[in-house]
Amino acid sequence: MDFILILASGIATGTVLLYATVGEIFAERSGILNLGVEGMMLIGAMSAYKAAAATNNAWIGLLVAMLAAGLVSQVHAFITITLQADQVISGLALNFLATGISLVLGEGLTSLRDVVPQLPKYSIPGLSQIPWLGGIFFDNHSIMVYIGYLFIPLAWYFINRTRPGLHLRSVGEYPAAADTLGIRVYFTRYLYVFVGGLLAGLAGATISLSISPGWFGGLTTAGQGWIAVGLVIFAQWNPFRAAFGGFTFGALRRLVLDLQGPVTIFGLSNPFHYNIHYGFFLKMIPYLFTIVFLVIGSREANRKRIGTPAALGLPYIRGQRGL
Amino acid sequence: MDNEKSTHELVVQMQSITKQFPGVVANDQVDFDLRKGEVHALLGENGAGKSTLMNVLAGLYKAEAGSIIVHGKPANFGSPREAIEAGIGMVHQHFMLVPSQSVTENILLGLKEPRFRMKLPEYTRKVTEIAKKFGLQIDAEAKVWQISVGEQQRVEILKMLYRGADILIMDEPTAVLAPTEIDELFNTLRSMTEQGKSIVFISHKLNEVVDIADRVTVLQKGKVTSAGINTKDVTKADLAHLMVGREVIFRVEKKDVEVGEVVLNVNDLKAFNDKGIQSLNGVDLNVKEGEIVGLAGVSGNGQNELAEALTGLRPVTEGTVEVNHKDVTNQPVKLGIRHGISLIPADRTHVGTAPNLSMTDNVIMKNYDQSPIAKGWRVLTSEANKYASGLKDSFDIMVPTIDTSVRLLSGGNLQKVILAREISSEPKLMIAVQPTRGLDVGAIEGVQKLLLSQRESGAAILLISEELEELLSLSDRIYVIYEGKIMGEVNDGDIDKIGQMMTGTPLEQIEKEGVN
Amino acid sequence: MADISVKESAPKWQFPFKIKIENRIENPPRWLSPVLSLAAVIIALLIGAVVIKIAGGDPWAAYVHIAKFSLGSVGVLSDTLVKAIPLMLVGLACSIAFRMKLWNIGAEGQFFLGAFGASMVVLLPVLPMEAPKWQFILVTAGFGMLFGALWGFIPGFLKARYNVNEIISTLMMNYIAIEWNNYFIYGVWSEGGFQMSRMFQRNAWFPRLTDLAKRWPFFGGLTTHFGLVLAIVAAIILWWVLSKSRWGYEIRLIGDNPRAAEYAGISIKKNIVLVMIVSGALAGLAGASEIMGVVHRLQGAISPGYGYTGIIIAWLAKLNPLAVILASILFGALILAGREVQPSGIPTLIQGLIMVFLIASDFFYRNRVRITRKVED
Repeated sequence: MDFILILASGIATGTVLLYATVGEIFAERSGILNLGVEGMMLIGAMSAYKAAAATNNAWIGLLVAMLAAGLVSQVHAFITITLQADQVISGLALNFLATGISLVLGEGLTSLRDVVPQLPKYSIPGLSQIPWLGGIFFDNHSIMVYIGYLFIPLAWYFINRTRPGLHLRSVGEYPAAADTLGIRVYFTRYLYVFVGGLLAGLAGATISLSISPGWFGGLTTAGQGWIAVGLVIFAQWNPFRAAFGGFTFGALRRLVLDLQGPVTIFGLSNPFHYNIHYGFFLKMIPYLFTIVFLVIGSREANRKRIGTPAALGLPYIRGQRGL
Repeated sequence: MDNEKSTHELVVQMQSITKQFPGVVANDQVDFDLRKGEVHALLGENGAGKSTLMNVLAGLYKAEAGSIIVHGKPANFGSPREAIEAGIGMVHQHFMLVPSQSVTENILLGLKEPRFRMKLPEYTRKVTEIAKKFGLQIDAEAKVWQISVGEQQRVEILKMLYRGADILIMDEPTAVLAPTEIDELFNTLRSMTEQGKSIVFISHKLNEVVDIADRVTVLQKGKVTSAGINTKDVTKADLAHLMVGREVIFRVEKKDVEVGEVVLNVNDLKAFNDKGIQSLNGVDLNVKEGEIVGLAGVSGNGQNELAEALTGLRPVTEGTVEVNHKDVTNQPVKLGIRHGISLIPADRTHVGTAPNLSMTDNVIMKNYDQSPIAKGWRVLTSEANKYASGLKDSFDIMVPTIDTSVRLLSGGNLQKVILAREISSEPKLMIAVQPTRGLDVGAIEGVQKLLLSQRESGAAILLISEELEELLSLSDRIYVIYEGKIMGEVNDGDIDKIGQMMTGTPLEQIEKEGVN
Repeated sequence: MADISVKESAPKWQFPFKIKIENRIENPPRWLSPVLSLAAVIIALLIGAVVIKIAGGDPWAAYVHIAKFSLGSVGVLSDTLVKAIPLMLVGLACSIAFRMKLWNIGAEGQFFLGAFGASMVVLLPVLPMEAPKWQFILVTAGFGMLFGALWGFIPGFLKARYNVNEIISTLMMNYIAIEWNNYFIYGVWSEGGFQMSRMFQRNAWFPRLTDLAKRWPFFGGLTTHFGLVLAIVAAIILWWVLSKSRWGYEIRLIGDNPRAAEYAGISIKKNIVLVMIVSGALAGLAGASEIMGVVHRLQGAISPGYGYTGIIIAWLAKLNPLAVILASILFGALILAGREVQPSGIPTLIQGLIMVFLIASDFFYRNRVRITRKVED
């Protein structure tokens, strides 16, 4: 078991989760819960693949993916912000819708396997030679990974240290206060739901054009969108923690795969090697861990009470009478 | 009279404003004007349309008809931002501050400066300077959830001043303040008018209006009954008449009732609030049969936690609660209900009722699992409907049918539903928290009459309220709570003593000082 | 002076009606609810038709095909009912949970565990091979409910105790359930190394209409099975519980306002766990009935997403157990005959569209649209 490889793999798959999670963080910080991340990622993956194949350019595929997912997110935005419907159910509906669209428009894409261009991979000269860390973080990674490294601190800075970030946070905490000061609550929410969609599309494109290239129907995203939603809670709405959670999770998934290989682990006979059916239990681990992450995150949220955006999940109605 | 201000420069002129909501005309051709440098009170009972009118001025609502002129220029504000740009700033009754953010962040919210990066240290300095200029005491770096209510209000005022507002609308500003804080506020307002600011003071409290305002406009059910009269030229009785349209009885009729056994006995009660802070610090009080015992205090001193602790909704960490000599501390809520403990919660929409369920479903909340409404595992719909219809008639609840969702009811009728439910269970102990908040005078009278009649039937009532006048007129005795402890008990309605206790001086100390 | 009410000065042609949207002040009329549901379905079908057209197919032919091949004859009607049975039970499972605003997305996983439980009775075995039919029916249904209940209990407990978001936890349990079943399908109970268990013996099967063919030849070939009885009985029981029982009152109260329920002395945590157990049991029963009535062995492919479709069915039925029966038949038809419609994602797309329009239509529940003639002033 090559730990460097496992951790590096964790970084790669974790990048996908990281984009989706931070996208959802943006949406939730504005007060809108969008459970449709899985569906939006799927649309991203599908449209990236299709567009890249059609134009023979992976970057165009990426762009199309972001816009497509962003567009779909606006359905949810309209239903929850303007029509003020329940955000949970709307998110679920969005998932069905987006999945349906992906399957319909994704017909016949699987056969394009070898024709679709992928996003480039790089090793950073100099940094990739650092013992251990170089191999994990800077060696032979998709460009999306490196973009991710820059993206995380930028996202954090934007949310916490800039004026638009202040406005974003206030809309999610106390929209009435923001409204009375002239901040356009509805517009802000539409905007950040859109941003969430863009990033979910980006995440999906990262899968189909880079990390796990290909289109496999509904299995392409394999529940990662849902894991991203769970990670948001674990991340306490903080991009750095989101990255940490994503990378850890990614490493876990790889570890689980590799665990069946060696004959012994730490000197003890490896049960997963001898009975391949035990492998199914290994496959459960990432999902079990998500639940554990959730428990940890929920307990922290309960204790600190300043984690969850206070207005999350509640529609905003100006001048609601009868307080 | 005209000598005091040589020119009556009008900064605001509202003419014939009409604002409607589905089913109700909140403002009916209302005229209102504001002179520079004055405090102009907008007086009226709850629901008269005062806040609505000012919400129109401040850009939160759009009127259906009428015109507005601000600083001589026609105004048609589409949003609060436009109103602020014209110099109009509103300080709401419920503060529009984001608790998890700092004072400075709250003040900067919605502004175009700083452009992108926050540069907090620089702006914190700016904010502190401006605060000093207007004599407002604040800590610019503190997070809003950490500061006191009075300070939060100052932040709200500062927010508007920072934006260059010279017209301030204060919506029921004294509702959350203790008497000394009210004095501070009035001083602040006076110093602002001296600096040329103009202030609209929305209130339903006659005493305050007479104290602080130069002129007053009275609204009644959406119409103006008297516009811009000098407060010096008018009496309280006149104002009350203008507010309500009939003779207002200042004191409710209270019969003499023989007081019986102790029903509620609370001993050294301690409990935490939701934030983990000790909010009840050893409360001692008792309530006997046939009396209304009032609990006075500025909001946030443990009243809600006390009501919850007494009914089993909040765990008690130390001390005991006894009802009819039985220890009921920390017992399950249902058991309390069986023992005749009844709670009228402060929040009637979010706690007291289920908004989308029918009136019937709401009134059987306490007895759905008792006969005759319950039979075995079932809830007998016919019995429930019978019960609900009976309550609808005897309490005169205005509702289209008993199947109507209660979220469609007015505040007064909603409270009637809750009262009907609680009273008809013939409680031995009734805990009423803010029972008349937000109701119009007719509904308030109704609620108070019901409480008094319960008292006559021998119930023991603990009345927790922030309206001193209500406590004084209804209670036989009044306790005062401050920071989770009882400061003392009075039965002579001495407002000064009560006021001092509300700000933290225990009774013994007051009496000692009184002797000296 | 600026007059707020007049916005334009020059007369020009204006839309002669004024459309105003305002909050309702009374309960909406009773016919509104089913009409909105129907409208949502129709609009979804229309959009689906457009999509089919764009993809090069013939929408009218497609829909006629669906209708014919699901409701056109007794034979296909029977097949539709077979598809509707698990949908009914899962729809019921979602209904009771959603009534309390518990978002059980885990019906799929509870379905799988129910299938496991029922299979266990035959494969472990729990009952001897020649046990009488009625024993198999009783025990497999029971085990199905038991294991489904367990799978619902776990996220319920986590929510009650740690306030863990049930949407994600139930969803994770879905993936875990698949792997759990796989272990037994590929390993312990695998038949001859294939990815499925052995075929169950005949006397373990749920009785089917076709079993009566000897006596009544009319029933020959009809595969509608006993699960239908279980589903309809469950629907009636659930309807009674929700509208007539004390527990149903508690569930509805908690769903509408948990704080009011607390204040009435109802234990929310206890009910979270109870409702998840019942919800899981119903979904588990769906799995058991599918195994014992249709598949007759344990294998990996036992659900085309029944658990997720159940969510839409529950919502379409407005969480009313009796309406769930109707909605399930509709969706059963869609799934059955929709398999042959090209492109293959169309049924999922239509389901998604129905759900989206259903939710959007809720707007009209709370708001009234008033169209009045504009009068020149």
